Amino acid sequence: MALSVSYFAWVRERMGIADEVIDLPAGVADVAALVGWLAARDARGARAFAEPERIRAAVDGVMAGPGTAIDGVREVALFPPVTGG
Amino acid sequence: MIRVAVQPAAIDVAGELDLHDAGGHGATASFVGRVRGEGELTELFLEHHPVLTAAGLGELAHRAADRWSLAALTLIHRVGAMAPGETIVLVLASSPHRAEALAAVEFLIDRLKTDVMLWKRERFADGREQWVEPRAGDHGRAERWD
Repeated sequence: MALSVSYFAWVRERMGIADEVIDLPAGVADVAALVGWLAARDARGARAFAEPERIRAAVDGVMAGPGTAIDGVREVALFPPVTGG
Repeated sequence: MIRVAVQPAAIDVAGELDLHDAGGHGATASFVGRVRGEGELTELFLEHHPVLTAAGLGELAHRAADRWSLAALTLIHRVGAMAPGETIVLVLASSPHRAEALAAVEFLIDRLKTDVMLWKRERFADGREQWVEPRAGDHGRAERWD
């Protein structure tokens, strides 16, 4: 399953890219599993996702928690807690 | 009238207030957030999401309009690089009576800090850069409105 994943702020910097299309392996079913899979994939992912509790997500444009299912979705954004205002 | 904008251009506070209050709405409450010039800060950079930042501001604006009786609402957030003293965010809410306008402004700035996809990065005179961490109190303030 092809999934568009985008990164923001220090997650983007540590990944070295703003977005990518991932061919997601079976069994990566929710946001937490995706973050874990990215952390295990390579050194950049390990650095970006070393502290999963500091990662927030939006799934198909809607703010999502770690348990949000990603089966069949088009895009996931991964980012640190927001600091606007 | 609801006006929401995410813009790299400087925010013209006086011009926005004139536009906002063109109808003579009675009470207008405002919040103006500016870049603090402390600790040798030379630049504040605001990163945003090309679609979801504006969508998030729009959703907050409509929630405020549903909750309070507002004649006009303006919510503008600047993005990109800015210098100390420049305006980051402008919130204006108007109502025939001040209590609704004041409450709506406080709700909007509290929720904006926790709900909308924006990230601050500071740059200092010695070249050091750091991403701003959320303040511990921000979530408590935001949750008061649940």
